[in-house]
Amino acid sequence: MAEQESIGCGRPTGSVVGERPKEKEDVETTHKEAAVSTIMVGRKAPDFVAPAYHQGGFKQVKLSDFLGSWVVLCFYPGDFTFV
Amino acid sequence: MSVDSQFVHKMWDEHELSKMVQGGIPFPMVADAAGHIGSAYGVYDPDAGVNVRGRFIIDPDGVIQAMEVLTPPVGRKVEETLRQIRAFQHVRETGGKEVTPSGWEPGKKVLKPGPDLVGRVWEVWNPKDDE
Repeated sequence: MAEQESIGCGRPTGSVVGERPKEKEDVETTHKEAAVSTIMVGRKAPDFVAPAYHQGGFKQVKLSDFLGSWVVLCFYPGDFTFV
Repeated sequence: MSVDSQFVHKMWDEHELSKMVQGGIPFPMVADAAGHIGSAYGVYDPDAGVNVRGRFIIDPDGVIQAMEVLTPPVGRKVEETLRQIRAFQHVRETGGKEVTPSGWEPGKKVLKPGPDLVGRVWEVWNPKDDE
């Protein structure tokens, strides 16, 4: 597990591991990539790193750090709603 | 994980969730501010700017074993997720020699796939037995 992170005013966002940030003019390519990128049962889960809140502190979470454990990845539309 | 920042996650946990879950949420609450991760998992809705209700069960090898995606108005059932995890764990423990039929719960009848079972599931397994 990653250790505590010092938090500034910036708001870093998460990203998929190994994927370069896309540039504006790449919009068309991005759409094509989205069409071919397949999420499927039986295939590897895309790895990612992202900032997280955990038990009073902030840290970076990397999915591949959890190899060896069962993981439930749960997306929901927004805080202060149900899941 | 949602598009809210980790700071908003903190507020939600401190002000609301900790009132429903003793000690607050025990697992990391991940921020996917730009929806990059949701996009990679096919659950980011760019028109609404949010991730829809996607749930993925990932095994110890990093392989997706199950996924469930709902539109926002309907919530999920945690018990069903746990049931599926237990079933996948059973299959994994038996090296795939035993599989779990519909509605399986720990302790209930499993099936052993093979030539002998073809066309004879009805002889060894009746879903009504589990009721």
